[in-house]
Amino acid sequence: MPFEVSDLSADVDAAAGEYADKEYLWTLNFGPQHPATHTTLRLILTLDGEKVVKAVPDIGYLHSGFEKLAEDLDYNQYVTIVDRMNYLSPLANEIAWHHAVEKLLGIEITPRCKYVRTIIAELMRLHDHLLNTGTSALDLGAFTAFLYFFQQRELIYDISECASGQRFHSSYTRVGGVLFDVTNEWVEKVRSFCRGFRAVHTEVDGLLTRNRIFIDRTKGVGVLSKEDAINFSCTGPVARASGVVRDLRKDEPYLAYPDLDFKVICTTGGDCYARYLVRMHEMLESIKLIEQAVENIPSGPINVDPEGKAVLPNKSNVYQSIEGLIHHFEVIMPNRGFATPTESIYAATESPNGELGFYITADSSSKPYRARCRPPSYIHFAVFPHIIPGHMLSDVVAVLGSLNIIAAELDR
Amino acid sequence: MTEIQHSAVLLLSEQFGFDASAWSRNRDNVRVRVDSERVFEVLKCLKTLGGFDMLVDITGVDELEYPNATDRFRVVYCLLNTSTGERLIVLTYVNDPQPTLPSAYPLWKGADWMEREVFDMFGITFTGHPDLRRILMPEEFTEYPLRKDYPLRGRGERHNFPVITRAES
Repeated sequence: MPFEVSDLSADVDAAAGEYADKEYLWTLNFGPQHPATHTTLRLILTLDGEKVVKAVPDIGYLHSGFEKLAEDLDYNQYVTIVDRMNYLSPLANEIAWHHAVEKLLGIEITPRCKYVRTIIAELMRLHDHLLNTGTSALDLGAFTAFLYFFQQRELIYDISECASGQRFHSSYTRVGGVLFDVTNEWVEKVRSFCRGFRAVHTEVDGLLTRNRIFIDRTKGVGVLSKEDAINFSCTGPVARASGVVRDLRKDEPYLAYPDLDFKVICTTGGDCYARYLVRMHEMLESIKLIEQAVENIPSGPINVDPEGKAVLPNKSNVYQSIEGLIHHFEVIMPNRGFATPTESIYAATESPNGELGFYITADSSSKPYRARCRPPSYIHFAVFPHIIPGHMLSDVVAVLGSLNIIAAELDR
Repeated sequence: MTEIQHSAVLLLSEQFGFDASAWSRNRDNVRVRVDSERVFEVLKCLKTLGGFDMLVDITGVDELEYPNATDRFRVVYCLLNTSTGERLIVLTYVNDPQPTLPSAYPLWKGADWMEREVFDMFGITFTGHPDLRRILMPEEFTEYPLRKDYPLRGRGERHNFPVITRAES
C-alpha cells in the first residue's frame, strides 16, 4: 500500500515536530498481522530507539460494507450482520439494533422480553470484559488469568447456545421480541454460571490487581484526561476510567435497568490500570444485575402480539398452522413486510465497549434506507495516536488492549 | 405540533433567530435544521454557550431516492451535554456538485475520524480538516460507496485490484 509517513495529521505532527530532522528514527509496521493486535489493523510507528514518537493507524482491512448491506436487508435480516460487528459481544449489538428499530416503529416490548434481554446484555458485558481483561493481561505476559477467564466465556457460550441454538453469532433478537422463549434449563444455566463466577473473579483479581509487574506495565500508561475523553467522544469503560460519570443504563434507562439495583463504576486515573479496574468492577455489577434479573423474570408472552404485523409469529405456529405460515410469509417476503414511518431516529444502548448507537433512516419500505452504526471501537481508536507518543514500544500493546479495539467493529 | 422543550431552543432563537420551523422531533430525538453556511457557528454556539461538550457522532445520508427529498446529502451531528445528559441532533444539507462543509475538528477532536469516514463514504469534503484522507476504503478507490447511485455489488473494483505476484515482489 503506498503510504507516506509525511501524510500525518497536523496534530500528531506537531507533537513529533522536535524529531522532524532526526535521521536515526526508524519506522515499524505493527500489523496488520500481529498477535497483539488480536485482529487486523495496522499501526505505522515511528520510533526513537524503543520510544514511540508518532503512530499512524491504517485501518480498513476488515471493511466489508456492513452499512451498505443494511440497505439491502430488512430489519430482521440485518441482525445477522450486526452480530458480526463486535464479535466479542454479539448479542449486545443485536439488542442495540433492535432497540433502535423498536424505537423507530414505536413498539414497546413485553416485560418478560425486557428481562431476558437485560440478562443477555449483561452476560455479553461479561463476555467482552472477560476477554478484554484476559487478553490485555496476556499481552503483558500474564497467561494464567487469560485461561481462567476464557473458561468462563465457554459457559456463556453454552448459555447462548441453550437460548438460541448458536454459540457465537446467535441472531437471537427479533423486532418486538426474541427468536425463542427461554426455558427453565436456560435459567438454571444462568444461575449456575452466577454461582461459579465470583470465585473465578476473585482468583484473577488476586493474580492481577496487586501484581507488581502488572501494575508497573499499566499504571500511568496511556493516560487520557477527563476533558480529552469528552472531547474525543469517548464513552463506556474508557470514559468512565477517566472520570466521566456517564452510563446509558442509568442516564437513559432502557430494558429492565430501571427496576434493578446496580452501581456505575468510575475512577479518575484515566490510564490502562484504571480501565482494567473499571472493567473488573463492572463484571461484579453485571453479575449482581443478572442475579437480580434471573430471579424476577416476569411470566407472560415473550414477543409482542404479532397482530401488529411487524412482529414475526411464534415458530411453532409457523410450522403447525397455515395461518401462522401465511403470517410469517407476509412479514418476511419481499414487497410485503411491514410499513415503517418516513422518519429517522438515533437510539443508543450501553454496549460493553461504550455507546453503541444506530441512526436509522426509514423510507416506509421494509428495508432501512440508511442504517448508521456508531461504533465505539472506531471512536476509541481515533484517540490512540494522541495518547501513545512518548511511550515505549511495549506499551503499545498495553494501550491497544485497554482501549479494547475490535477490528470488525472498527471497520464494519 | 406541540412545543419542543429543549434548552437549545431559546439559545438558538436568541443567537440566530431560529423559529419553530427549524425544529422537529421524533420520539426523544430533538432535531434542528441548519443551513450549511451557518453550521459551524451554530455548533460553536452550542458547544460554548449550550454546554454540548460531546460530539457523539457525525454521519451522512444520501437522499437521492428518499421520498420528498429536496437536497442531496443530509449530514447529521449528534451532540450530547455530558453534565445534563441532554441530546440534540443538528441536521444540515449539502448538494452536488461540490458538497462541502466546514470541519468541526476545531471544536471537537472526536470529529477527526468521523469526518474522514463521511468523506470516504459520501465524498463530502470538510474544509479545515487537518488530514482528510480515505479511512476505510483503499487509497486508490475513486468512488463513494454509500452514495445511492453506487451499486451494492460495486463496479468491479474487487476484481480489478492490482495484484502483486510472488515473482514480482
